Amino acid sequence: MSLKIINKKDVSSFVSSLMSQYDVLGPVARENKFAFTPIGDAAEVRLDYNTSILPPKKALLPQEETLFTFALDGGFAAQPMLDTRPRVVLGVHTCDIHAMKLLDAVFAKGTPDAHYLKRREKTLIVGIECLSPCDEHSFCKSMGTLTASEGYDLHLTDIGDAYMVDVGTDAGRMLLTLHGKVHDATREDMTRLNQALSDKWSRFMYKLDFDATELPSLMAVSYKSPLWEELGKKCLACGQCTIVCPTCYCFNVLDEVSMDGKRGERKRIWDSCQLDEFARVATGENFRKTRAQRQRHRFFRKGKYLPDMHGELGCVGCGRCARACLVDITPVNVFNSLYKAKAAQ
Amino acid sequence: MAIPTTDSVYVPSPAQVVKIVPLTQMEKVFTIELPNGQSLGHKPGQFVEVSLLGVGEAPISISSSPSRSNGTFELCVRKVGDVTTAMHNLTEGAAIGVRGPFGTGFPLEKFRGKDILFAPGGLGLAPARSVINQVLDERGSYGRVIILYGAKTPGELLFKDELDAWSKRDDVEFHVTVDRGDADWKGNVGVITTLFPRITINPRNTVAITIGPPVMYRFVLMELLGKGVPDGQIWMSLERRMKCGVGKCGHCQINNLYCCQQGPSFSYAQIKGVEEAVG
Repeated sequence: MSLKIINKKDVSSFVSSLMSQYDVLGPVARENKFAFTPIGDAAEVRLDYNTSILPPKKALLPQEETLFTFALDGGFAAQPMLDTRPRVVLGVHTCDIHAMKLLDAVFAKGTPDAHYLKRREKTLIVGIECLSPCDEHSFCKSMGTLTASEGYDLHLTDIGDAYMVDVGTDAGRMLLTLHGKVHDATREDMTRLNQALSDKWSRFMYKLDFDATELPSLMAVSYKSPLWEELGKKCLACGQCTIVCPTCYCFNVLDEVSMDGKRGERKRIWDSCQLDEFARVATGENFRKTRAQRQRHRFFRKGKYLPDMHGELGCVGCGRCARACLVDITPVNVFNSLYKAKAAQ
Repeated sequence: MAIPTTDSVYVPSPAQVVKIVPLTQMEKVFTIELPNGQSLGHKPGQFVEVSLLGVGEAPISISSSPSRSNGTFELCVRKVGDVTTAMHNLTEGAAIGVRGPFGTGFPLEKFRGKDILFAPGGLGLAPARSVINQVLDERGSYGRVIILYGAKTPGELLFKDELDAWSKRDDVEFHVTVDRGDADWKGNVGVITTLFPRITINPRNTVAITIGPPVMYRFVLMELLGKGVPDGQIWMSLERRMKCGVGKCGHCQINNLYCCQQGPSFSYAQIKGVEEAVG
């Protein structure tokens, strides 16, 4: 039986114990929002958070990371860097678990990306079941990400004064054995779990007017839609939608040189296809000049290109881009508008 | 704390610039040597990522043919961005970094027995030269070889010695034009498409390889399609800002295609209807 119980009052000591051996990231309060942050004090962890500003993907693909370091001495000697710190990410919602699975595929398929994969290998995921929507922008139920059956090492479900813990991997089992004060779930606990899980579904609404599996075929007939021009007129090209997206992974690569000019590092940093420069080449040609083209590219990546490449939708319904957008461009409205236009044809 | 490793695809191999030859005011040819006599092992049409530490990395098409590799390879580089400007300031013997080769290259094995029509424009000759010299070194495997080359001005013509040699060969039909001539220019004046009426081809048996800026593609494609060359036998090489070269960073994406993976050599059949392909 892989279901265990950890009392809520024992979570703090579990986290403290983890902190002795791992870098622990988890949701903490930031003014009236939440952010995944390295945990310095176990009491800060807020497993009851609604959503985070940035997704926990930053634990796997940091905003910036050093690929290699070098000396500027006229030679060419690059010292590759891999981040092998053992890490635990606490409280990952199921939408973000689905997003991480997509990122895993992206960085493992084709040419493997050792920087991502090594960090991934050293990262343990403790998920948490969502029992009510983060807010009005969540559309996880439509995207089929309201629950997860894999992609976590441990998975918690709130059953009142305790969490039911589902052990997903052997590494998760070890984590629990070494750091957690747990006991086997009783029949009564199972009843409470089943009640919690069966009650949750009616709290979430379907937001899409169609089934998400139709999204790739909907996108396929929507390339010439006038909607893209409308979005282009509104869009500020600020790039926030892609920065907060748990499945966006495009990056830039650049060199940074130390103040004394003797050493440097090559870094990769998050980039955004919404920015004007993204598809510009050195001779000046820009292959996605307009905001309309760039918005279309973004939604096609989510709805068609990524699913075609990896078999999973590129949108997990977390709603972060909708919350972040200053001009109210939301995936729910975009996808429903395209669907309505298609149905009217 | 991050530890050093050796299996990162982003870490370049050290290489040395063994020769630098200026071609024009804007372009130089760099001959690059890998350590310990290693071969780059490239196919015509592939590219490398060139690293200058402290400056950055840029994708550059390989200009030499595998048939003439001789332990080195050549890059013809226009001074246009940060990395290429820094390259132009290098001296022979400089240490640089190289990753690659990347991309698919042209499937020359499928072109055997066919007539080959090259139509490079401007700096497009840099990657085209890799294919042209490979074809000329395996001359017996192909039918007619036709080269139509266009540059903006006589001063911008690249590889003039080789142009001269091609023009003198009996087994190469060579035509060159410039958009604007000068006092010494005695040749054709006009854009590259003005050369097409000079040639007759058997379209079914012709493979066309055209490499140049997006605006040139639109007009050259019209000529080639007008002559009846099948979509699958028209080949191009598309320029994009490949940052990683391994299909991750997203910069080179053309609709659903990753230019660094599925390209940069594409047949027209592959990109027909792909709106972002030729601008």
